Amino acid sequence: MTTRLVGQKVPRVEDQRFLRGGGKYVDDVLVGATTLHAAVLRSPHAHARVVEIDVEDVLDVEGVHLVWTYEDLADAAVMPATMAEPLPLLIPHPALTHGRTQYALAKDEVNYVGEAVAFVVASDRYVAEDALARIRVTYDFLPPVVGVDAARAATNLVHDDVPGNVGARLEQTVGDAPAAIAAAPHRLALDLTVERSACMPLEGRGTVARWDPDSGRLTMWTSTQTASGVRAAVAVKLGLDLGQVDVLTPDTGGGFGVKINHPWPEELLVPMAAKVLGRPVKFTEDRREHFISSAHERGQVQHVEVGFDDDGRLLGLDVEFWHDHGAYTPYGLIVPIITSTQLLGPYKPGAYRVVFESLYTNTVMVTPYRGAGRPQGVYAMERTMDAIAAYLGKDRTEVRAVNFIQPDEFPYDHQMVFQDGRPLVYDSGDYPQSLEKIKALVGWDEFTAVRDAARAEGRTVGIGLACYVEGTGVGPYEGAHVHVETSGKVKVATGLTTQGQGHATVFAQLVADELGCRFEDVEVVTGDTRRMPYSVGTFASRAAVMSGSAIHLAAKRAKEKALRIAADALEADEGDLEIVDGIVSVRGAPGSSISLGTVAVLSNPLRYAFDEASKAATQFTVGDPGRPPVAEDDEPGLEGKDFYSPERSTFASGMHAVIVETDPETCEIRILKYAVVHDCGHLLNPMIVEGQVHGGVAQGIGGALYERMEYDESGQLLNASFMDFLMPYVTEVPDGIDIDHLETPSPLNPLGIKGAGEAGVIPSAAVFASAIEDAEGFPITAMPISPSDLFALRQQHAAGASGAPDPSRPSDPSDQEDR
Amino acid sequence: MSTTSTDQAAEPTYDVRLVVNGTPHEVRLPARRLLSDALRHDLGLTGTHVGCEHGVCGACTVLLDGAPARSCLVLAVSADGAEVTTVEGLTEDDGTPQGRLGPVQQAFVDCHGLQCGFCTPGFLTTITAGLRDNPDPTHDEAREMVAGNLCRCTGYQNIVKAVERAADLAGRGRPDGDDARPADGGAA
Repeated sequence: MTTRLVGQKVPRVEDQRFLRGGGKYVDDVLVGATTLHAAVLRSPHAHARVVEIDVEDVLDVEGVHLVWTYEDLADAAVMPATMAEPLPLLIPHPALTHGRTQYALAKDEVNYVGEAVAFVVASDRYVAEDALARIRVTYDFLPPVVGVDAARAATNLVHDDVPGNVGARLEQTVGDAPAAIAAAPHRLALDLTVERSACMPLEGRGTVARWDPDSGRLTMWTSTQTASGVRAAVAVKLGLDLGQVDVLTPDTGGGFGVKINHPWPEELLVPMAAKVLGRPVKFTEDRREHFISSAHERGQVQHVEVGFDDDGRLLGLDVEFWHDHGAYTPYGLIVPIITSTQLLGPYKPGAYRVVFESLYTNTVMVTPYRGAGRPQGVYAMERTMDAIAAYLGKDRTEVRAVNFIQPDEFPYDHQMVFQDGRPLVYDSGDYPQSLEKIKALVGWDEFTAVRDAARAEGRTVGIGLACYVEGTGVGPYEGAHVHVETSGKVKVATGLTTQGQGHATVFAQLVADELGCRFEDVEVVTGDTRRMPYSVGTFASRAAVMSGSAIHLAAKRAKEKALRIAADALEADEGDLEIVDGIVSVRGAPGSSISLGTVAVLSNPLRYAFDEASKAATQFTVGDPGRPPVAEDDEPGLEGKDFYSPERSTFASGMHAVIVETDPETCEIRILKYAVVHDCGHLLNPMIVEGQVHGGVAQGIGGALYERMEYDESGQLLNASFMDFLMPYVTEVPDGIDIDHLETPSPLNPLGIKGAGEAGVIPSAAVFASAIEDAEGFPITAMPISPSDLFALRQQHAAGASGAPDPSRPSDPSDQEDR
Repeated sequence: MSTTSTDQAAEPTYDVRLVVNGTPHEVRLPARRLLSDALRHDLGLTGTHVGCEHGVCGACTVLLDGAPARSCLVLAVSADGAEVTTVEGLTEDDGTPQGRLGPVQQAFVDCHGLQCGFCTPGFLTTITAGLRDNPDPTHDEAREMVAGNLCRCTGYQNIVKAVERAADLAGRGRPDGDDARPADGGAA
């Protein structure tokens, strides 16, 4: 037997083309003179009425092929009526009573700096941008609403017909939390904030489209996390049949969530222009555009009230939060719903009430960013745990431990509804063991000595930890197709897309193991609607769980068929056969074997032989003359196809711990040690999982210490460049991240796996707040925290600190209410 | 040539000679054409990627007469006559059409130094030049070598390992293997 590949650190097959410069990203598609290039005029104002758009001067620019404004989209002579309607509201949750989406090009009003106003297609991007500069737009300014406080105050409205700027209000309750808190021996209240950040993949958005007038078909390449979603939206909006639209996802230079939203205005304008002009059209977003016209996430204001007993056990938890969703809500309430449910982490909350308002502001819209609301939820819960520990004078790990769901309590039903509309039921986990592992990994019990030693040197250090549970692998489904060619090569297709997760490698491992073929013979295609039209997309750490399971099942079907045909050919019992390295043989009879390629030949009865191998399958050589060549319940070809659709999500979990040092003078925050314990069930490829954790941790460090969207009061994004938006370089991440794994398999899928993609980033704000608070001795309630922020906090605290009780010194509950 | 003569009529163009990965190219370009765009769109060498267009991310780094340069900050006309090395030129001749991965490329495979691959070409060119200048970097020097490039996927852990692995593969210096480096990188 060959070694099983699942669980091995198999090197990635996709690396070869990436390292040779042979990756094919969206801007690399259709390079050449026939392709035209698009550019978009974007609103310079956060809130304004569009009075007039004058494109007269553009028409003279040499090389300009097309200029569109909303007026053109509404021109029934050129456009299907659907192009003049607002973009789809993708996830219409019943609580989203005031959902709003933008138009592909602004109609009457703009609601954020960056909103698309006009669209130009020219011979190259340089000329297209020249043309944009000649478009004159007259705006009537309206007062902008920026930030959660302004949205709540509702002195001004983002949309005239949305009272209070409230898009949605959603409440979930389990028991009577206010009563439980009132009756609890101890109570605390916390006010917390998290600021905006963004995914910032190194490759921005991009779309290329080609219309073939002869066949009446559209081919579109787009840098997306859902090819099937884009295909459906484009077909509807362009008035085409689904069968006329093919969407291919090329290599994608990172996504992290932002590319799940669709269709972007350009994903409709580009194919429409290609159809009208009869030439390929390409749009490649530049970096400034990505900052102001894609999507952000994270911004929330939270109020937590908690009641607990002498051990720190939660008796009641009452959470209210305000979620800044920006100017529009195409992605519904997914982010705040995840915050409100995943806030619970590994704990039993006692009675729980959570209510959020999802608010409009005149800023870039908010859609999921890696973690998708979980970082904020974990931040709220873990800040609460730390506050309870400080109040009771207990070790922070003890307070967490008394609240853990225990290993024998799974499946654990929180009696709530999760983001997928399904019950929030945890499938498996072992939180006490995770805690033991993280304590050992970071040196929790030895830290007092470390702190004392540092103090003796005049240095200030602190330790923090944070726990999370992550619902992964949400439905509804994914599918897979496995095709063994007569050469023995195995072609695999699944519909969701890839942004660097190594799917071509991991999925090939699964196929090689299940089918028994050689790993080298497997080729995986993702995100090509021609190869697998039924699909959902890549988000919520679902690719391995959903497509991995579907591929495993499809490979199993192909194997079953291969064994059936081979048993016939070898005149053996199916049960006596095995497939190793692509050869089907009778166990214990090595001479009696047949290759998978030959089985594939035999699976397809032929009239015409096209090579030596196929002669074996012509009608004079195979089949029983008394029966149809293809049996009634069979089909030609050695293929397997299957779908995986779980009842509900599977819940991964983990814990992070960090040791920081804060500079007494400069307030610089240095990371001395970062430790991760991670449980995503069985590991398919530990090398890739660890890579995902590394990347998540770095992104989390960015979000906790450096990155924020600096909007001014007029709604201008002041730091819309990599020069000013501080993403971590190697100099900002720790030199080494300690990782330990725990594997509690999921009972919900055939592989026992859980998602791993987002885990690294989820507890970051919480774990840094915990460690900095520990180092400084005063509460940290706003993240991210820069040296300047820390300096201001030290000043405030030194100046009297009457309003900021010291968490390390427990006092009467009534003193703590304002914390 | 990505544009038709009609399209270009309004804008003066200039003859530019670029020797890219050893192959000479003569192109006629407007003065404002960036070297990154010339490589990608006019020469079809799309391995060089553009991540920020303002010289911060380093994805577009190429070697200009051997020295790393952000091709998004260089006008193609100003590179006239220069020798340019892009990611496509980092493989070594082994008699096959595709060639063998160079030591820096191979190190990235060995260490899982890439995920989405978009920033990778800039790291590969930067490290290639870095190891030419300092074939035997200490651990801190290995980190410093990649400190000007952004990666959003990997958290840099394995990229730093790849720098050290590439130095080993290149077989230059370091008589005692890993002696120059701390065993686990140590916490800062």
